[in-house]
Amino acid sequence: MEFLQSIPFDQLLIQTINGIVTGMILALVASGLTLIFGIMEVVNFAHGELFMLGAYVGVLVLAATGDFWIALAAASLVIALLGAAVYLMTLRPLLGRDSLTTILATFGVSLVLQNYALWQFGPVARKIQEPFTGHFTLFYLDYPWYRLVIALLSAAIIGALWLFLKFGTYGIWIRATTQDRVMAQAMGIPVPWVLTVVFAIGAGMAGASGVLFGPLVGVNHTMGLDWILKAFIVVVVGGMGNLAGSIAASIFISLLEAYASLWVSPAQAVIVSFVVLILTLLFRPTGLFVPTPK
Amino acid sequence: MTPVPTAPLLEVEEIHTYYGKSHILDGVSLEVGAGEVVGLLGRNGVGKSTTLKAVVGLVHPSRGEVRFEGRPITQSAAHRLARLGIGYVPEDRRIFPLLTVVENLRTGLDRHGVTATRKKELLEKVYAYFPVLAERRGQAGGTLSGGEQQMLAIARAMMLEPKIILLDEPTEGLMPRMVSQIREIIEVLHRESVAVLLVEQNVPLTLEVSQRIYILEKGVVRHRAPAAELQIDDAVIHQYMGV
Amino acid sequence: MSFTSGNTPHPNPLRVSAEREGPAEREGEGQSRRQRALIYWTGFSIILALLVIAPLVLPEFWRRFLTEILIWGLLAMSSDILIGYTGMISFGHSAFFGLGMYGAAAALISVQPPNLWLAMLYGLVGAATVAGFVAYFSTRLRDIYFAITTLIFSQIFYVIIFTWTEVTGGENGLTFSRPPLAIPGLFSIRFTPEILHWFVVAVVTLSYLLLRRITQSPFGMVLQSIRENEARTRAIGYPIERYKIVAVMLSGLFAGLAGVLYALQNRFAAPDFVFFLVSGETVIYNVIGGIGTLVGPIVGAAFFLLLREGLSRFLTEYYLIPVGLIFIAMVIFMPQGLLGFLRRWLNQ
Repeated sequence: MEFLQSIPFDQLLIQTINGIVTGMILALVASGLTLIFGIMEVVNFAHGELFMLGAYVGVLVLAATGDFWIALAAASLVIALLGAAVYLMTLRPLLGRDSLTTILATFGVSLVLQNYALWQFGPVARKIQEPFTGHFTLFYLDYPWYRLVIALLSAAIIGALWLFLKFGTYGIWIRATTQDRVMAQAMGIPVPWVLTVVFAIGAGMAGASGVLFGPLVGVNHTMGLDWILKAFIVVVVGGMGNLAGSIAASIFISLLEAYASLWVSPAQAVIVSFVVLILTLLFRPTGLFVPTPK
Repeated sequence: MTPVPTAPLLEVEEIHTYYGKSHILDGVSLEVGAGEVVGLLGRNGVGKSTTLKAVVGLVHPSRGEVRFEGRPITQSAAHRLARLGIGYVPEDRRIFPLLTVVENLRTGLDRHGVTATRKKELLEKVYAYFPVLAERRGQAGGTLSGGEQQMLAIARAMMLEPKIILLDEPTEGLMPRMVSQIREIIEVLHRESVAVLLVEQNVPLTLEVSQRIYILEKGVVRHRAPAAELQIDDAVIHQYMGV
Repeated sequence: MSFTSGNTPHPNPLRVSAEREGPAEREGEGQSRRQRALIYWTGFSIILALLVIAPLVLPEFWRRFLTEILIWGLLAMSSDILIGYTGMISFGHSAFFGLGMYGAAAALISVQPPNLWLAMLYGLVGAATVAGFVAYFSTRLRDIYFAITTLIFSQIFYVIIFTWTEVTGGENGLTFSRPPLAIPGLFSIRFTPEILHWFVVAVVTLSYLLLRRITQSPFGMVLQSIRENEARTRAIGYPIERYKIVAVMLSGLFAGLAGVLYALQNRFAAPDFVFFLVSGETVIYNVIGGIGTLVGPIVGAAFFLLLREGLSRFLTEYYLIPVGLIFIAMVIFMPQGLLGFLRRWLNQ
């Protein structure tokens, strides 16, 4: 108890909010990954690069138009299309092959995309200006508005996704295809098209996250690497294919890491997520928030 | 008994399929006329399910042709065939477990060119035939009992307003009371001029509802006859089914 | 809302299509087997001879390049035990490799005079420890979960090594001097580049022969049977957990050995080699060369490294793009790898 009291309350509060903010962005990235895995059992190794390229598109469009929101929309759209292209060229031909092959294919894609970014944009990091600066006062602290907005926006996007999936014909098609691809076809659902669209949606979400997160860090070609690892962890801890689970896991892990960084350096704080993963795999392998099937 | 029309709705001509190196269908031919109920009998493993899958487009024959309304559909994608009017109720039902009953029905209902009024009509009709489904419309498909899932699987196929429904062992694992319900449903389909290609192990039921019968053995059609004939002379049945 | 997929599961990944022989073929078996063995060993000897002559004819740069190919090849070969023979996809080899490297570094820095065999010992022990962890998890996780976990393990060690600067030198790594090739009491010679090359050739060749022996033994057969159909192997009565543990330890040891060799060659240890991308590259060598062949991964490493070297001369900045594209194309169109068609020959 003494130990906890030695931490200034304002630090704790800041880290809590930081944790939630990072958690929401991670949730946005992980939702796309989980959506893709759920419907086609593909672990998309290139997801981090889609995130990274989204940030770069954001940089370019922002420079051209000066408007953050247009940049956000443009990045989501462009990366969604890129996702569709990647799917059609590398994953569609591999339908029906084993999971190692698809991991390798997406790993190859991530290699290509990463180096493409390096080639086009160079090794120096770029910056995205946040759409509004300014802080608000929480108790006696100054906390940037922008971070709060990101969290809300991410939540909104995920909420929109959830609504889309729950209601509406296309939502039913996607869920049906996820549950039984063969019968979905037999019911007239255009499954090849559904798979492409889902991959595009997942990619678009990753791209949007890149733009949202851009102002918080520098944008450079290795941005994706950290995120892909965390996103994998989140997807496993949340229960593979479980959307709600991956959101909960994102926030949970990000909060833990935020608190951990009060004591150790951020580079070491990542171990927290690794530990959570290992514990989950040992004791609740179907997912931390999913009841273990009997 | 409905006379067989001159242009069959469905024609299967000498199809061959393989699974790895195994030769499953070794030249199967059959046909189903519009509005006809045709039974496909045979022991386990002779290729009855595979025949249905070949018609529906889930398995593509390496040789031979399948024609629907005169047009070849042998290599067509399954989802296109469903839209053309071929409904499929597989073994094990395979309803979508995490979708509600209504959502399951909607997978067939939500198609191009179907007005909202028509959708409502179709739903009302299916609820009339299957009151159990109306009761459980908001429930997840996976929570239904075996018999209820079978109803749902058939209802779901009916949502496609198909010209033909392929039924793969619909009475398997069902209680006798449900078996007679299946018989009623097939008769309803027949009344509505929906053709039925029925694969079954339940010989008496099949003979009752079908106009014609094919008997399959080791991937080939060994015998074909009007059902009435086989009801009288069941030696053939004994020979191929060992029943 | 859950997206748990109810789709029909894929057959066991990496399943090697079993070629069944009928009785008629067995008659000619004995003779063709002898023929095959003859061709195999002839080929083996030729290649070995070339490797031995190499440092005497190649310019220094290429000599060194060749030595590195062999070391990475050894790493990839160790990974083949898991991927190609047991059917377990591992992205953790950078951890084994790294611990081997750092273990050797530890011996060469802390114990004076620097002793080659001690370095190897420390390196192997380091790798074995990590392998022990991974082995434990391997028995509880299947497929994707195992792959992701091994990936995480690489990262855990990367983070530890990267941040524990006092012990591991952090970002900058450790440098040390090469020990002599010595057997106490008998002789001691300095490692010239040629002698180092021959030492590496000897170690890699012995490793290959040893691993070949193991994969063809009854033990190896069980591993392959696990790869083909785990459930059936278990049903027959084999304690597959034990087999998997041994497979992982074996794989880890040889990967660690590669790490030791690398440390000897380059005289430094750096955290970059523990980063999970190294594991990814290792898997690439395996797939390009052909899994389940032991020698394939070495060829895969050679192909990849040569390609990288060649392309980097023309396209200095973005040479990895065509390399990546070629890799993707191979995954799609040539999944059996370069030597896949030789698999039967290499495994008799």
